[in-house]
Amino acid sequence: MDYRFSPEEEAFRQEFISWLDDNLPEGWDPSRYQNYPRDDELAAAYRAFQKRLFDAGYAGMHYPKEYGGQGRGLVHEVIVMQTLANQCLELRIPGVITFGMAAPTILYCGNEEQKSTYIPRILDGTHIWCQGFSEPNAGSDVVNVSTRAVRDGDHYIVNGQKVWTSYAHLADYCILLVRTDPDAKKHRGLSYLLLDMKLPGVEIRPIKQITGDADFNEVYMEDVRVPVSMRVGEEGDGWRIAITTLMFERVLGDATMAAAYERNIERMTQMASRVRRGGKPVIENPVFRQQLAQAYVEVMVLKYHGLRNLSHQLQGGIPGPEGSIGKLLWSEPNQRITEAALAMQGPGGQVMRGSPWSIQDGFWQYAFLRAKGNTIEAGTSEIQRNIIGERVLGLPKDSSRAARQ
Amino acid sequence: MDIKLNDDQLEISRQARRFFENETPMEYVRAMFEDEKGFTDEIWGKMAELGWTAMCIPEAYDGLGLELLDLAVVLEEMGRAVVPGPFFSTVMLGGGGLAEAGSDAQKKEFLPRLAAGEIRGTLALHEPDAGGDLDYVRMEAKAEGGGFVLEGTKVFVPDAHVSDFLVVPALAKDGLTLFLVESGASGLAVSPLPTMDGTRKLCVVEFGGVEVGRDAVLAAPGQGNAPLDRALRRAQVGLCAECVGGAQKAMEVATEYAQVRIQFDQPIGAFQAIKHRCAQMYVEVESARSILYWAAWAQDHAEEEAAMAASVAKAYCSEMFTRTAASAIQVLGGTGFSWEHDIHFYLKRAKANEAALGDPVYHRERIAGLLAG
Ligand SMILES: Cc1cc2nc3c(=O)[nH]c(=O)nc-3n(C[C@H](O)[C@H](O)[C@H](O)COP(=O)(O)OP(=O)(O)OC[C@H]3O[C@@H](n4cnc5c(N)ncnc54)[C@H](O)[C@@H]3O)c2cc1C
Repeated sequence: MDYRFSPEEEAFRQEFISWLDDNLPEGWDPSRYQNYPRDDELAAAYRAFQKRLFDAGYAGMHYPKEYGGQGRGLVHEVIVMQTLANQCLELRIPGVITFGMAAPTILYCGNEEQKSTYIPRILDGTHIWCQGFSEPNAGSDVVNVSTRAVRDGDHYIVNGQKVWTSYAHLADYCILLVRTDPDAKKHRGLSYLLLDMKLPGVEIRPIKQITGDADFNEVYMEDVRVPVSMRVGEEGDGWRIAITTLMFERVLGDATMAAAYERNIERMTQMASRVRRGGKPVIENPVFRQQLAQAYVEVMVLKYHGLRNLSHQLQGGIPGPEGSIGKLLWSEPNQRITEAALAMQGPGGQVMRGSPWSIQDGFWQYAFLRAKGNTIEAGTSEIQRNIIGERVLGLPKDSSRAARQ
Repeated sequence: MDIKLNDDQLEISRQARRFFENETPMEYVRAMFEDEKGFTDEIWGKMAELGWTAMCIPEAYDGLGLELLDLAVVLEEMGRAVVPGPFFSTVMLGGGGLAEAGSDAQKKEFLPRLAAGEIRGTLALHEPDAGGDLDYVRMEAKAEGGGFVLEGTKVFVPDAHVSDFLVVPALAKDGLTLFLVESGASGLAVSPLPTMDGTRKLCVVEFGGVEVGRDAVLAAPGQGNAPLDRALRRAQVGLCAECVGGAQKAMEVATEYAQVRIQFDQPIGAFQAIKHRCAQMYVEVESARSILYWAAWAQDHAEEEAAMAASVAKAYCSEMFTRTAASAIQVLGGTGFSWEHDIHFYLKRAKANEAALGDPVYHRERIAGLLAG
């Protein structure tokens, strides 16, 4: 057993860290929770920074060279992701779906033309992608998708509505789950399209969320003509593609979150030594010391469980439904951690950013609210526990869902 | 990076599982739970024959010189079978304390016999006012003649009633000192406590002016902290291995029952309230195993993170075991509350492990100290 990265890998990490020191955007301030409060500015910063990574040979470490990647394997990608998450998570956010979902789907399931067209543009920051799966009547029950795609020669005519589409307003393309065959069994009638967001008939309406920002949107599609060449896989294969490709990239997500949370623990420790309670630093209070330690424990659980999975995958293991553990290990602890941080601040925890009374620029106020989405996005906690219960432990489906099969 | 058990470790694990299934079935556990001594010489002898008492003892002292992770694999299986008896205290506490603190001569005298299973030892650390705090040692060691006189009381000493020697931390004029006290010493009185977990007996040990010579000093006055800490860290990780194994079994018992118990015309595992409980057990057991392996590996290979890893593991794995065992009882319904079902042995062991070697509050305080000073 060996939990360490190899000396060569550690050298690569050091090399990348020093590159990053010189290449973060001008004026970047790591102590602020948001360097780009406006998301169009954030998107522009993301694209520019991704281009820099690409030019320096740090984009898509595990993607094949022929598509603009580095062909160096998953470990190097993990090292880059960990470092970025630790130093500048904000700059990665517009690319979460692009890198977490769109790129791997195209790489593992796309045809040659799709791969050579889209992967390089993702890696060099030209394109941002969004994910159009959820609909008003297809949330957890995503096989219920009713957005219709009707074949018309070498096009599909797409009509329908998506909801909660993160960054649709910034995105160039969308991975879109549509129904091509209304008569087939639910999941067999689904297909997977790549949608150009600039096509006529695509309309985006922002949805303001709990944090006050509007990161996600409704996307309406009216007679949108999507070329058949933009379909990934076969017609009717959409569901399989949607669920299988994503598992391969999950280890990256877990590693990224662990690195970001390690940073948050440092932030929390600093905060607790500055914020006072009864005149004394909160860090001297035994209850809050326990909470800080518990937060750290949960981050270590995520980190080392993630590394164990990564190692398994590096040795050729196929990721399966047990990957749902990782989703639970990053989402639920983040809620507890951010709650603990607010508790440490007492009534000061009420102050949002932008006041001399704000604590750490309002980082934890934002983080606390944003964390509430963690157990909903990317499959709710309940759905993850269903997956573990049924597909890992082999427990029976409940009777209503069993009857539907 | 290579985070998985190797072929040897997998073989050790399979061998241990077979052994405990055949040799220490639940009838044995039940009998020993009620038994004053708490194990049979026959089982003890067989475990020693398999080399388990020798695993982590250096080859220079007739041990096998293996790593903590190798031993953890056996301890995981022991936890799974709630094996009763003084194996853990002998190997991790008595043996561990001696190996970390003893001189070459002391190790030569004791470790080969311990490796062979001929003698047993334990650690007499806790004092009545310490609570869950491992750092609180006040028992006095007065220098007298060439040696020392020990006066005071140690509590919650595992398996002292069947130990041949005790490793005893006490305060001399120059600070924390570790002594090796043989159980025949005059002035020493051992009495068992009626504890919840009968599979690991705890004792009160009274030192009524116990005289020990210079040769009984394992770590000189003021030098006791470092070796004690190293031994404790390894023992904490060992206990985590038991927790993971025990919780794994509790989870399996609950999940199997959820498949076969029918209520309202369906297996109760189809109800999400039950299914999600089982899923949560799985999440916690598997992630605890990841932490366990890290902590075990770190003790032998990453000194800079060894202390943090031991405390993170002890805080997480021990609470995880308690939650999992309690949750399994809920899944089992009335059956789970009965003496007849085996699950209560797991809950009791979980509570014992949680309290032992620094409770979660103690370890979280240590973590906070390492993070923030
Ligand atoms: C921040 C954020 C970003 C998002 N970004 C995107 C995106 O970019 N693209 C996209 O397509 N979607 C996105 N989503 C949508 C997300 O995938 C859905 O919200 C999620 O799948 C849940 O669907 P729902 O909101 O319709 O809730 P519902 O499915 O209606 O669930 C409501 C409640 O019922 C529970 N529930 C539902 N079914 C079951 C069941 N079988 N067993 C037990 N409990 C059940 C759920 O767990 C939940 O607690 C985003 C969501 C959030 C919060």
